[in-house]
Amino acid sequence: MIATFLIQDGVTNGAIYALLGLALVLLFSVTRVIFIPQGEFVAYGALTLALLDGGKVPATISLLVCFGAIAFLFDLWSMRRGADARTFLRSVALNLVLPGAIYGITVMLAPLGLPSVAKALLTILIITPMGAYVYRIAYRPLADASVLVLLIASVGVHLAMMGLGLVFFGAEGLRANPLADDNFNIGSLMVSAQSLCIYGATITIIIGLYLFFERTLLGKALRATAVNRLGARLVGVRTHLTGVTAFTLAAAIGAVSGVLIGPITTIYYDTGFLIGLKGFVAAIIGGLASFPITAIAAIGVGLVESFSSFFASSYKEVIVFGLIIPVLIWLSLSHGFHEEE
Amino acid sequence: MKIERLLPGLAGIVFLAVIPLLPVPPFWLTILNNIGLASLVTIGLVLLTGVGGLTSFGQAAFCGFGAYTTAVLSTNYGVSPWLTLPLSLIVGAAIALPLGLITVRLSGHFLPLGTIAWGLALYYLFGKIDLLGRYDGISGIPPVEVAGYRFLSDGSIYYLIWFFVIAVAIGAKNLLDSRIGRGIRALRGGGQAAEAFGVNIVRAKLTVFVFAGVVAALSGWLYAHMQRSVNPTPFGLSMGIEYLLMAVVGGSGHVWGAIFGASIVLVLKDLLQRFLPDLVGTTANFEMVVFGILLVVTLQLARDGLWPFVLKLLPKRRARPLPTSDDKLAKRTLAPAGSSLIKVEKARKAFGGLVAVNDVSFEVRAGQVVGLIGPNGAGKSTTFNLITGIASLTSGSVFYEGRPMTGDSPREVAKHGIARTFQHAKILPDMSVLENVALGAHLRGSAGVFRSFLRLERKQEATLLAEAAYQLERVGLGAYRNRPAGDLALGQIRILEIARALSADPAVVLLDEPAAGLRHGEKQELATLLKKLREEGVSVLLVEHDMGFVMGLVDHLVVLDFGTLIAEGKPADVRKHPAVVAAYLGGVA
Repeated sequence: MIATFLIQDGVTNGAIYALLGLALVLLFSVTRVIFIPQGEFVAYGALTLALLDGGKVPATISLLVCFGAIAFLFDLWSMRRGADARTFLRSVALNLVLPGAIYGITVMLAPLGLPSVAKALLTILIITPMGAYVYRIAYRPLADASVLVLLIASVGVHLAMMGLGLVFFGAEGLRANPLADDNFNIGSLMVSAQSLCIYGATITIIIGLYLFFERTLLGKALRATAVNRLGARLVGVRTHLTGVTAFTLAAAIGAVSGVLIGPITTIYYDTGFLIGLKGFVAAIIGGLASFPITAIAAIGVGLVESFSSFFASSYKEVIVFGLIIPVLIWLSLSHGFHEEE
Repeated sequence: MKIERLLPGLAGIVFLAVIPLLPVPPFWLTILNNIGLASLVTIGLVLLTGVGGLTSFGQAAFCGFGAYTTAVLSTNYGVSPWLTLPLSLIVGAAIALPLGLITVRLSGHFLPLGTIAWGLALYYLFGKIDLLGRYDGISGIPPVEVAGYRFLSDGSIYYLIWFFVIAVAIGAKNLLDSRIGRGIRALRGGGQAAEAFGVNIVRAKLTVFVFAGVVAALSGWLYAHMQRSVNPTPFGLSMGIEYLLMAVVGGSGHVWGAIFGASIVLVLKDLLQRFLPDLVGTTANFEMVVFGILLVVTLQLARDGLWPFVLKLLPKRRARPLPTSDDKLAKRTLAPAGSSLIKVEKARKAFGGLVAVNDVSFEVRAGQVVGLIGPNGAGKSTTFNLITGIASLTSGSVFYEGRPMTGDSPREVAKHGIARTFQHAKILPDMSVLENVALGAHLRGSAGVFRSFLRLERKQEATLLAEAAYQLERVGLGAYRNRPAGDLALGQIRILEIARALSADPAVVLLDEPAAGLRHGEKQELATLLKKLREEGVSVLLVEHDMGFVMGLVDHLVVLDFGTLIAEGKPADVRKHPAVVAAYLGGVA
């Protein structure tokens, strides 16, 4: 009985880690960025939803406007030697008008007591553009850098985003209301509607990513960039566009994860990092390359976590993060020696 | 001359020594002590990240091992701090070695990711173990004592800390400026070339990783005896990230930049913590945001950190004169002329369905210059890679002096006495021309990490450098000795690669298109040099496109086309061979 409960708990958390792991693999394979701050999107998402639940205007929208403004300044700087009107207007629309509009909509809708699905969608709408701005501000100037430099930059972005989370949301934890609070009994198993939402969203996103990469031109362009950046550029793929797309997708997936996890656990400004790292453990097991292995590994991480929190609760984090050592041994033995770059 | 070079360093030491004697505010000393402790860790990271191209966010955990080792032993068991010092360092090394063994074989980014995970795991572990006092930690650690004098105050332990900082910095500089150091510096970007001259890449990576772990443990030992208590907080991931920030800001390729970076970050942190709460009106540790932005901005605007800017302001140091050496390096005895050196037998390499090299057999005899020619895509370079161990044979075998060397790694091939150049020149642009060439003599030296660290290998180092200088003179690049290799023109870089191969004292030199990019006069000089080598009994195997160059030079010619050997023999005979004419001129025969 306990085992089935632990398994259910592990699979539910594992599904969230899977979403994170998939976003990480997506970003790494397209942009070579190891995106440590993915967890921050989750925290932002969960905290935004929780604030909307309380009928408050979430501070995230101010953050969004700030990000947009900084991205606009970056665009202006790169346009300093002249640019055509179209490029300028596109930058104004993307970096100033869009966040402004989202700000306005949120201020209008927040006090109205929206249905929970609408609040979830609004949250995703607020968080998603942040991905594009983070790419523009932090990573685009470093597009030619090595994986190692990009990784170090990611840690910087993580620190900044987590610190901003603390400034905007404060140190207190928040918990959102579930999207649906029914419970079902399947045999002896009690299943909450929230966890069904989680499974559904994870599976939908996995299928969506598959279709996107296999069936759409943009998806194929992303894959081409992943294989050979210069080559993709030579055949006309705008590699910066693929970067923006990948980061926007990742932010959207992060926001969805936040909306899903917000109601099942209390989220603090720094919770995202720990959740994100568990996604990383899964992504590393997948060699930062394989979507299916990452997803399966994420479920495994969730299970290990739920069982160890029951049997050796004080060593839970040690066990989950220590998992990486045998994984690296295994990778080391199976892959052999790799030359850098 | 010698004093002149030491002067800036001595001035710096005197300056550091008088600070505590001046009427400075006490918190200055606290900050300076913290800078010293952080500098130790950061010097390790500079070697690891800036020089070795590896990185770690988990260095704070190594400080923890050093600190807890001495804390437990000196409080629970009353062991003297001077006895726990070596033990702390050994624990640091003992943890770094297996972690390094696991990760340095993987591509670059798995190591830092691994360090994030174990940085977290170890932090939680420190806080869970009863022996280590859980999250409360251990207090009542005795101070360090020398002849009855107890290092209690900030002003006294200051000297202890900075003694170690300066000693480690000088040692690290020594290490980089040595045979082992050249191998370490070759890790970034030039691993393949270094390996072809016998550098053990995995071992070089392990060396820097363990070095970084040991100096972090040293910092931890000092911290424990300065603070007189330890708890898990300063050994967590965020401190590990801060150390990396210091290395990046300072300049991740410069040992002194480590101290500079540590100073900037810690002074900034102090200022932020004192003034920011008033400014933003929150007590939250807002410095996180500032540090994060600082890290990204540094990478965007000054990827090599801020130390290079400081270097520009300082007067330029004159290049060090070449050390004189009376000793000569031992030379290998060459096989008698005409005996078989390299024998390739039915070598085959298939990439999937494509057979790049199709059962090719030929031989290089001692004292011969052998040319390997063929149109583009004939499989020449692949054949080369099969001999030098970069690619593995699908079937067939390669012999050296009659003994099989199939499956030998590039490093083992180098040990046989086979030196090579690369078609796409692989040099280390930031290293001087002389150092690049000295890398070739790696296997002719024997000094290890400890002797290099303590500068006890100067005599041997002088003979290695003298040999490199001799080879540079010989190929006509003597005038460029102290220039960064990246300054040379393409043709000169090819010649530099030849000098590097020669400084390995090879029995056979394998040259991959040495004449490409050379002007007519340079080609003639190269031909003269190769002829001279032959007179000395050194054999040459040469891949080349330039038929004029090859014809006048080689004793024996091997022609490949589509991976198959179509003709071999004396140049004059091969030139008339119908298959060769067909391959080159398009089937007129």
